[in-house]
Amino acid sequence: MPLPALPERAIVIGARVRDWRAAVTRAGDALQRAGVTRASYTQRMVRTVEDHGAYIVIAPGLALAHARPGRDVLTEGLSVVTLAEPVSFGHPYNDPVRVVLGLAVRSPERHISAVAELANVFNDESVIASIAAAERPADVRALLRS
Amino acid sequence: MKILTVCGMGIGTSILLKMNTEKALKALGASADVEASDIGSARGAARTVDIVLISHDLAEQLGDVPAKVIEIQNFLSVDEISQKLAPEV
Repeated sequence: MPLPALPERAIVIGARVRDWRAAVTRAGDALQRAGVTRASYTQRMVRTVEDHGAYIVIAPGLALAHARPGRDVLTEGLSVVTLAEPVSFGHPYNDPVRVVLGLAVRSPERHISAVAELANVFNDESVIASIAAAERPADVRALLRS
Repeated sequence: MKILTVCGMGIGTSILLKMNTEKALKALGASADVEASDIGSARGAARTVDIVLISHDLAEQLGDVPAKVIEIQNFLSVDEISQKLAPEV
């Protein structure tokens, strides 16, 4: 199964944020702007980190922000936010974060298949640095399609 | 052998870790059942498995369990998972 859609409106290049909360919020705002989610999904993504810690920083420099499927997910989608200045999430090994992915899907089953697809893309970890260095949304889309 | 991968909700990072653990097992020529779990059910689920793969933060939340708990730093690194699993499988 393919990755959820990544519309250009859901890609933010070189965002300036002061902390992890703002970084996750930008990823949520991007999903909302693309018509994928409502604002409450963004709040739930932030709460996931508050409740469970920074484990969403799954690899050096990369955070995978998401919450459980819910009625505030209108359709499935991805967002990508690259940060002008990296921020700390409080992860013991993988800070600082340069790239935040936002993921929203409508069922647990689809969530699993979307994450599996992301695992395949990011098994080549050089993709993280390439996304962080991307200058245009089209470059990010091309990297995630690879 | 049974392996449990754990994250906060059981549908995101733990699935990523499960996929990469299956790749690591294949690279090691080993086989095991790998299941993903959320941290809330992990304590119970950890009673019926041999190995738990988990992040540092969540390992502290999990506390003492009968299974061997292995912390994974980089959930995308099949190499790291392979190295840490190799002595166990």
